Amino acid sequence: MDELIPLLPKLATATYETLYIVALSLVFGGVGGLVLGLGLYTTRPGSLYPNRPVSAVLNILVNVFRPIPFIIFLAAAQPLARLVVGVGIGNSAIIFTLSLAAAFGISRIVEQNLMTVQPGVIEAARSVGASRLRIIGTVVLPEALGPLILGYTFVLVALTDMSAVAGLVGGGGLGTFAIQYGYRQFEPVVTWAAVIVIIVFVQAVQALGNWLARKAFRR
Amino acid sequence: MPLVSLRDVRKTFPSATRGAPPVTAVDGVDLDIEAGEVFGIVGYSGAGKSTLMRLVNGLEPVTSGSITVGGTELNGLPERELRRLRIGIGMIFQQFNLFTSKTVRGNVSYPLRVAGTPRTEIDRRVDELLGFVGLADKAGSHPEQLSGGQKQRVGIARALATSPRLLLADEATSALDPETTHEVLGLLKRVNEELGVTMIVITHEMDVVQTLADKVAVMDGGRVVEQGDVFDVFSAPQQPSSRRFVSTVVRGVPSADEQAVLRARHPGRLVTLSFHDAGSTQAEVFSALSRAGLGFELVFGGVNDIRGRVFGHLTLALTGPDAVVEQALGTLPDGVTVTRLPNGDVRG
Repeated sequence: MDELIPLLPKLATATYETLYIVALSLVFGGVGGLVLGLGLYTTRPGSLYPNRPVSAVLNILVNVFRPIPFIIFLAAAQPLARLVVGVGIGNSAIIFTLSLAAAFGISRIVEQNLMTVQPGVIEAARSVGASRLRIIGTVVLPEALGPLILGYTFVLVALTDMSAVAGLVGGGGLGTFAIQYGYRQFEPVVTWAAVIVIIVFVQAVQALGNWLARKAFRR
Repeated sequence: MPLVSLRDVRKTFPSATRGAPPVTAVDGVDLDIEAGEVFGIVGYSGAGKSTLMRLVNGLEPVTSGSITVGGTELNGLPERELRRLRIGIGMIFQQFNLFTSKTVRGNVSYPLRVAGTPRTEIDRRVDELLGFVGLADKAGSHPEQLSGGQKQRVGIARALATSPRLLLADEATSALDPETTHEVLGLLKRVNEELGVTMIVITHEMDVVQTLADKVAVMDGGRVVEQGDVFDVFSAPQQPSSRRFVSTVVRGVPSADEQAVLRARHPGRLVTLSFHDAGSTQAEVFSALSRAGLGFELVFGGVNDIRGRVFGHLTLALTGPDAVVEQALGTLPDGVTVTRLPNGDVRG
């Protein structure tokens, strides 16, 4: 335990960095994934904007990028990060790459959850003269809100997982902390301290997600 | 001028399997629906009824032909105009299709918000509608807290929100139990009679046609095979396919299988007497048979009442000498059609 005490300020900083990376990635990746997911959903045959070519392109795009292991993607996308956020290393680079990778994964989750919306309610909205954009905003998204919240909760936990490799490109956070001060210094207690913080965080996120989803289901 | 008019309307869908010919769902339909009437469309599932209905509010574009609603031609109308038209056409569904994420009030107010009705007016109108369908106390409830009948009443209130002239009902009572069906049909009848809303009602239930419809069209294979007054079509269908459909909802002349069962069970000559719109002739028939000294037993059939007009098909097993039977059948009053069922081995 004694070896952990002097590292506590560093643990606090690492926790803050993880929260920072995950939160911003959730915002950027979440919005990107929502847009991409809506694209996948609405261009499906029989959906609101059925469009075979666009649907095919989006599907290929998602299928190509989604299976790449994140640690490889992080390295491979470094030139792109340098281009977009100006640096190839550090927290900004990791947030950019994480958001990008997450967007592809989230898009599938969004698509699947939107597909649970009964076609009948969309038909009902169309029958009263609602436009397709209005239907997306006032029927499709609200009807799928419960499953979407659970989907995004899952994503938040996955982002926490993925953010742990930030150290590879000089980013901080709990992953970097555990490797640098725990693993490399042969201090398992330090590693486990990081693990416990992550467990607490994930539990809190999941509880919050479940609570919000329950509220959405019962509205 | 009819409120809804269809001329040679066709709708084909591309086949699900590549290379196969397209599927024709509606095949050259002509219909006129007058303002204020309730028009029933009956037929087996897959006959094209639902597709036809979805053409009337432009949810599906026609492949060819002309549909006018209130004088507006739908064929080729841009989406924007179609949406405006749909505000004036209500629609209710078999599965109700309520928005589960919205309260009853949210569901009923939705069409009004789409139509751009001012907020204060929306609240007033929703209260009025919920009062009309008898759910004034459920405004804050969510659909999953309601029974099937209540859900459909919300569906009806939602469909009527914008005061449409035309209401489309697609198997609106098929998911409900008999008692609830009765209640919802009563409500729809009020919608027609008190609010003067014209209705197109798709159904395979005799009850619905009997209670609501003024006219009926029988669909089979995408075509309207017969249409006319409900009483005429159901009491004396002219076309083979409409006869086949009517026989599934009205007990008419027994089928060959049913005849075999009846013959095995009842000695005597089997005849079906069809009464057409004349309740009193039944008494005359029975007294004529008694006078002839024939024994008779009612073995099959039923009597139907469509808006106070009665028709029915009664199959009797007559016992007595053949000559007397024939003579008695010859003296039956007009308005009774006699169908002699082929005799089996059993002789009376």
